[in-house]
Amino acid sequence: MKIKFKGITLISTLAILVLGLPVIAAAADAPVIDTGDTAFMIICAALVMIMTPGLALFYGGMVRRKNVLGTIMQSFTAMALVSVQWVLIGYTLGFGADIHHLIGGLDFLGMQGVTGNPFPAYAATFPHSVFVFFQLMFAIITVALISGAFAERMRFPVFVVFVLLWTTLVYDPLAHWVWGVDGWLRNLGALDFAGGTVVHISSGVSGLVACLVLRGRRQIGVEPMVPHNLPMTMLGAGLLWFGWFGFNAGSALGASGLAGAAFLVTNTCCAAGAISWAAAEWLHHGKPTALGLASGMVAGLVAITPAAGFVSTGSAILMGIIVGPLCYFAVSKMKAKLGYDDSLDAFGIHGVGGIFGALATGVLANTAVNPAGVNGLLFGNPYQLLVQLIAVVATIAFASTLTFLILKVISLFAPLRVSEEEEETGLDISQHGEDAYYYGEMSSMQI
Amino acid sequence: MKKIEAIIRPAKLEELKAALEEIGVRGITLYEVKGRGLQGNEKQYYRGQEHSIDLFPKVKLEIVCHDESVENIISQILKTCKTGKKGDGKIFVYPVERIIRISTREEGGAAL
Repeated sequence: MKIKFKGITLISTLAILVLGLPVIAAAADAPVIDTGDTAFMIICAALVMIMTPGLALFYGGMVRRKNVLGTIMQSFTAMALVSVQWVLIGYTLGFGADIHHLIGGLDFLGMQGVTGNPFPAYAATFPHSVFVFFQLMFAIITVALISGAFAERMRFPVFVVFVLLWTTLVYDPLAHWVWGVDGWLRNLGALDFAGGTVVHISSGVSGLVACLVLRGRRQIGVEPMVPHNLPMTMLGAGLLWFGWFGFNAGSALGASGLAGAAFLVTNTCCAAGAISWAAAEWLHHGKPTALGLASGMVAGLVAITPAAGFVSTGSAILMGIIVGPLCYFAVSKMKAKLGYDDSLDAFGIHGVGGIFGALATGVLANTAVNPAGVNGLLFGNPYQLLVQLIAVVATIAFASTLTFLILKVISLFAPLRVSEEEEETGLDISQHGEDAYYYGEMSSMQI
Repeated sequence: MKKIEAIIRPAKLEELKAALEEIGVRGITLYEVKGRGLQGNEKQYYRGQEHSIDLFPKVKLEIVCHDESVENIISQILKTCKTGKKGDGKIFVYPVERIIRISTREEGGAAL
């Protein structure tokens, strides 16, 4: 009798362990999964994923041929490292239960408590696990974006440590401030639809700090540092444009009318940015360049990121028209004047474009587009511009200070930069022992 | 025997090959080279940063021939490769001491 009772207990315990918590949760009055939203969010998350390989190609084409693998490796390494960091600790620091409006608690440490059920705070109609994945893709691309600022000179082991520290100490808290329930910038009412401050301002200013701490490439101004494969860059830009649909439309967190609105303004602002950058260059130097068109596309996408879902299509065109020449000025004039070596213009495009986008959101936000949003300056609410400014300043201050400290601490243990000889050889061979374009000892020979 | 070296515009290569074929000259060796001379600098812009390009792609070809063919070959090169603008290239003529065909060990005129 007693043995039999023990057996039943054992079997039921095993059943609970194997079948897991969903069995119990389903019995309670659980929120229902919407299959449309779920399918949409999985596809959007996958779209955002392709942005990082796109970024790898975008950046890879812009460096010299001896650094192309080293540059592509940095984006792909971010994908690998952050993917593991996120499920262990990153997600819970960003989206765990709020602690003092500054950071998430450890409730979801190692994915404990994350199930396939909806999670009302963030994912009311689709699985919590899909929300985790969607947000992970944002964390990956943010740290990968920074790599453009210090391209062609950081040691690979330093990059690995930098990625892990930066994503944990900068990205995760920032994501909590802006998107976490009870995060202080969210409570303040800052509008950031898809990550203008969290993703673009933070990566842009961190890039600026990193390139100042590392200093410029040794041969800058002596030998030409021109892109080695612009078709590769154009392909990367195309993938970024494509993936950004998931980034912005997916930030509606459901297959809704809002997602449709965000989708349309994303494409519109990207196109207007491409046109305005190319036009500015055409007027300035007499020729529109392919790199300029691609850069304008990215600048347009950066600008609309915080605003998508809050602004009208007309506003998207206006933002695109302004952001192209603005970023063109930043990379062609301001950078040369101030003399920092932001190799691939992570700050010039993501920092400058992101700051513009965040402030423009405070001007052009319109509740006619999204009743859940607020009006901006142009629609009678000047206070919103102030809120946006506070979010921008806080992001800049936090990201730049932490980036500076992280790099200074790493530099106590190891040199940040490759040696002069390694820099001359290139990252591909010095850091990875590979040659991207090996055609035999004599490249013209058909061996 | 003489060696004629000609530096020409890459776009003129096919025309020159045909013109040489016309006068029975088949053997040529060519290199893709870069060089500078009278042709002015060309400006390129990457994100608004100016890069001045002063080395231009050219084709350099070598023809070894009998002394009496030299003028004929030169006139074919001048006929096909001249645009009259800076950057058309140059022709150099050198004496050749010895010629050996590797496959048959023939020497001198027979090796041409």
